[in-house]
Amino acid sequence: MHDAHASRSGETPVPLTASAVLVNKVGLHARPSVKLTQCAKGFSARIELALAADGPWTDAKSPVKVMRVKAPQGATLHFRVTGPDSKAALAAVLALVHDGFGEA
Amino acid sequence: MAEIHLIGRAASPGLAIGPVTMLTAAVAKRTASDDPAQEAAALRAAIEGARAEIAEQIKTIQGEVADILEFQVAMLEDDALADPAYGVISEGIAADHAWRLALDVEIAGYRAAKDEYFRARAADIVDIRDRVLAHLSGVDTVPRITGGSIVAADDITPSAFLAADWSHGGAIALAAGSPSSHVAMLARARGAPMVVGLGPLSWNGQPPALALVDGDAGTVIFDPEPETRRLFEQRMAVANAAQAAADAGRLESARTAGGRRIAVLLNIAAPEDLAGLDPAICDGIGLVRTEFLFEASQGLPDEDAQYAVYRRILDWAEGRPVTIRTLDAGGDKPIAGLTIDDERNPFLGLRGIRLSLARPEVFRVQLRALCRAAVHGALKVMLPMIAVPSELDRASALLDAEFTALRAEGIACARPPLGIMVEVPAAALRAEAFGAAFYSIGSNDLTQYTMAAARDIGAVADLNDTGNPAVLALISQTVEAGRKRGVEVSLCGDAAADTRLTTALLATGLTILSVSPIAVARLKAAIAKVRS
Repeated sequence: MHDAHASRSGETPVPLTASAVLVNKVGLHARPSVKLTQCAKGFSARIELALAADGPWTDAKSPVKVMRVKAPQGATLHFRVTGPDSKAALAAVLALVHDGFGEA
Repeated sequence: MAEIHLIGRAASPGLAIGPVTMLTAAVAKRTASDDPAQEAAALRAAIEGARAEIAEQIKTIQGEVADILEFQVAMLEDDALADPAYGVISEGIAADHAWRLALDVEIAGYRAAKDEYFRARAADIVDIRDRVLAHLSGVDTVPRITGGSIVAADDITPSAFLAADWSHGGAIALAAGSPSSHVAMLARARGAPMVVGLGPLSWNGQPPALALVDGDAGTVIFDPEPETRRLFEQRMAVANAAQAAADAGRLESARTAGGRRIAVLLNIAAPEDLAGLDPAICDGIGLVRTEFLFEASQGLPDEDAQYAVYRRILDWAEGRPVTIRTLDAGGDKPIAGLTIDDERNPFLGLRGIRLSLARPEVFRVQLRALCRAAVHGALKVMLPMIAVPSELDRASALLDAEFTALRAEGIACARPPLGIMVEVPAAALRAEAFGAAFYSIGSNDLTQYTMAAARDIGAVADLNDTGNPAVLALISQTVEAGRKRGVEVSLCGDAAADTRLTTALLATGLTILSVSPIAVARLKAAIAKVRS
């Protein structure tokens, strides 16, 4: 349940965006947040998440900030990724969400 | 001094007795420097010290406890946690004060969360806060709990829990707290009984010396009378013997020694109660209390919000029957803007179905949400506090109307079977006269209305006995009415989980019992011992 559309134009890097529904039982909770931020930190791209397509955006590499989002089960997580390995980064975080962080 | 009975929420099962340890926050003194750079460095060192300490602890443990501590490490490694503190330090505030300010904002954010799981994380941040403060002051502020004692506190941190030895008994009684907290998870894992949400723990004069904690019923008795204590100790002896045998059979379906199959269902107060539970442990859900939906401060829940919650529960049940009770407000469950304030006797007032029929605009929303959810599983709907057949008939007409309206709008829906809760003696005596699709005996209210004794009034609590022949006779009569009409009869009160009553309850002909998830294993073991 996600729509990824990549586009590249000229000098300014256009972010990749996609969304996925949180399916694990407790939402973006302590353990899922740690997993997500650990995954995000493995990429050099800037990775942000939000509960709405137009933000406000949160640094997906910060567990403190991700926990502040308090995303419940059933919420749609929007991702915005910019940087050299953005494609791989987006695929990785989406896979994690779809997989229910391995605990669904 | 009279014994003090407090009722809360069960967070970890089991019974415990022990001396009371009151936990109060320890405040460590620290001399701050005048140099912001030095203060910032001190905070940095304290955070690193706390992080290293937890990382060291993780090496010795695994599983759930390690996950909890890894979360704390991840938070401490994140500069975003301390950034506000460094900002305040640069303005000349001492490191400990700055850290406390910053973390208290974070804690307040979690306490204000809508979702109980996020609210429960407040205790983790308190833990992180106090660990770093301990490192800043060089003093150990984690409260020490003597093994075997009953910890009474407002709330308790995972560190305080982990620092104690729970192998020799002990339990936790909290004024606040949550069954979803990490401490509750830890307590369940270690087998320490825990009750939360007891309300303010205030004493006239002396704090209590001794406490009895019932982690199954969610009650605590401080300074019990000798007789209360003796009865409790008897229960403990029986429960301890049963526990070992019980755990083995949790996934097995329940059968008496005489070969009778008994369905064991779950009582839940919120979908969170199902987290981490395997549906295979039960034959369905016998009671979903819906009051939690109406307790939030943001007004009455709309149809979509209710539908989403009901559907989530039905999805969990994977086709097993799920009985959802319509709003049972009033009595001891007031809801702002809905129930009547200051009724002279709320237990005999406008509560349960009476309130729903008096407020059809609220009731209709719930019935619509239930009809929409009914397409996702084996949903049954149960009406609380029914006294006369016309109440069921009126509710049934409202349900039909909402079902018809939804269908006319082309919205996916089904009309769930409508049954009644039998908890008013008038309904038990005349059960056959109700055109209900099923009967579910609410033994708590049936007992208190039959015996005219409340269980939270210590002086008459011994009269509040579901095992009394008068109450059992009403249960038998209801079972008989169900048999004649060919409809199911279940029992979903606390009596179902009281294994001293299992033989007597099954002797009435009951074949369906509904209990809180933590009581399932014990009940199945008790059923296996019943001869009939």
